[in-house]
Amino acid sequence: MPSLIDLALEGRQVRHHAPWPRSVVDTRAWNFAATELARGRWNLLGLWGEPATVHMAVMDEQTAEIAVLSLDCPDHSYPSVGLRHPPAVRLERAVNDLFGLTADGSPDRRPWLDHDQWGVRFPLGDRIETPSKAPLYRFLPAQGDGLHQIAVGPVHAGIIEPGHFRFTASGETVVRLEQRLGYTHKGIEGLMTGAGLARAAELAGRVSGDSTVAYAFAFSRAAEAALGLVVPPRAVWLRALLAELERLANHLGDVGAICNDASFALMHAHCSILRESVLRACDSAFGHRLMRDIIVPGGVRRDLDPDGTEVIQATLAEIRLRFPALVELYDNTASLQDRTVDTGVLKPALARQYAAGGYIGRASGRSFDTRRNLAYPPYDELRFEVPALNEGDVNARVWIRVREVEQTLSLIDQILQRLPKGPAATDPGLQPEPREALAMVEGFRGDVLVWLRLRNGLVERCHLRDPSWFQWPLLEAIIENNIVADFPLCNKSFNCSYSGHDL
Amino acid sequence: MRKLLFQSLFRRPVTEQAPSSDAAAVTELATAVAYYDLERFGIRFVASPRHADVLLVTGPVTRNMREALQRSYDAMPNPKWVVATGDCARDGGCFAGSYAVVGGVAEVIPVDLHIPGCPPAPTVMLKGLLALLEQAELGAVTP
Repeated sequence: MPSLIDLALEGRQVRHHAPWPRSVVDTRAWNFAATELARGRWNLLGLWGEPATVHMAVMDEQTAEIAVLSLDCPDHSYPSVGLRHPPAVRLERAVNDLFGLTADGSPDRRPWLDHDQWGVRFPLGDRIETPSKAPLYRFLPAQGDGLHQIAVGPVHAGIIEPGHFRFTASGETVVRLEQRLGYTHKGIEGLMTGAGLARAAELAGRVSGDSTVAYAFAFSRAAEAALGLVVPPRAVWLRALLAELERLANHLGDVGAICNDASFALMHAHCSILRESVLRACDSAFGHRLMRDIIVPGGVRRDLDPDGTEVIQATLAEIRLRFPALVELYDNTASLQDRTVDTGVLKPALARQYAAGGYIGRASGRSFDTRRNLAYPPYDELRFEVPALNEGDVNARVWIRVREVEQTLSLIDQILQRLPKGPAATDPGLQPEPREALAMVEGFRGDVLVWLRLRNGLVERCHLRDPSWFQWPLLEAIIENNIVADFPLCNKSFNCSYSGHDL
Repeated sequence: MRKLLFQSLFRRPVTEQAPSSDAAAVTELATAVAYYDLERFGIRFVASPRHADVLLVTGPVTRNMREALQRSYDAMPNPKWVVATGDCARDGGCFAGSYAVVGGVAEVIPVDLHIPGCPPAPTVMLKGLLALLEQAELGAVTP
């Protein structure tokens, strides 16, 4: 039984791929990896294309070994991974839409991101300058007596991003939910190609606005790994501070918003106030409420001064004062518990199969957090716990967020106490040869993955994978046998990104 | 009298957030509602463009969203206003030139007001919306 490393060594190793290996493998090894994914021995981290190559990143969760396997596709096709391992299906559909590479044997050949509106097919591969004239998109069927369909979106009733949900219901009970996404596809990976580092970092920070820090962080780490760049210690710690502030604001907002979807507006109001206090502190300390464009390859563009530290500390004190009472309110409101407990249960086996990241995986027994499992700096020097539960319901996803708020408060304390002195940035420089790297960073909703190849200071190819890719499909699964009215609650407890997924 | 007209014009829901391609603007918008209590200004977010006086659009208009944007606008009763929110909604911002992006909101439907920012802070959005109300009030009295 070859290990992941053995498999990677078996192929032709690519030079200058950091920090994990990338190998060009043959079809046999590719299929072997697909089988191992299906057996649950490895996790699929991502699958993406280039004009004549398909790549997949896999991880052995036990050993935290990661490898990128690449398969050349001279005839524009490759053996489907999704055939054996369903989490790959949507990724393969996207690869086909963007690059024109077909997954042979795929159980689902429908387009995914391509809605036949671009005026061009395979925009990142061998372009065809005509629309696809694709047949009408067919949703998957459901059969039975008295079934009816409910079509929701892409424009939603609430203040959220666009996407389409097709429910098939029997009375109030959902029999099948199918998502159709891609409405916010902006072609970011296309814009990345040929961009300089500064412009590319700016684009990365605009993949999903609520995770702008996580994306800039992951992109910068990938660029630095590719260039072999050492970032000044102060920048390393400041980045973690920014990432934790982003996590804090989002988790606080989510806890309130989930309760709001159970018509418990009081929690929403209180949590919004706390979230707003964090965003205002970020604005005073770093000059932008969402801390956009602060992390760049080489360091951070804005240092923290004593006033900023003070504002952040005052905000933490306020949250420590007020949040416990809100948690108690959540825990002791029977009508609210009635909505969240046992609703939208994600079974641990499914969370494992999809390698679901963030609070979704951790509420269903998958104790994985890149801050701990991959221990990138400065998290290797910080004390924190990764909370996990097995219930997998809306309630568990709320509690994971609550516990993570507590952990994040402690992390911010530690960072502020131990923030090293010195410069906050260094010049990234450039390398004429191609340099590749993969980086993963823990955003608030899970692991953000960035893979890139740089040449002469320009991005030759950059792939950004949002955690939502492996979470959206699970939302379809958990809503089954729940009532339609509980969908907003389930959806909010997942809070997947449309922008990050559609890219 | 003007005050009365204003009240009647905007007693009903004012806004509807539609085609957004920018999660940042969406979260900031949500803050504006929850934290700044937009309702005290007569502004309320509604569930359908059919109930809306103002269409608030965030992010660049993607090609995949173009039809939904047009149909949202068409579904609104007259008189109606459109607010393009954020730098991307003006001209596509840093996404301009992509095969998947049409550009700014004005490429698809007429825009009455643009609120700058990346994304605009909730207070800036609030100011913009209040300015629009004021203008609409004047417009309602003048003819």
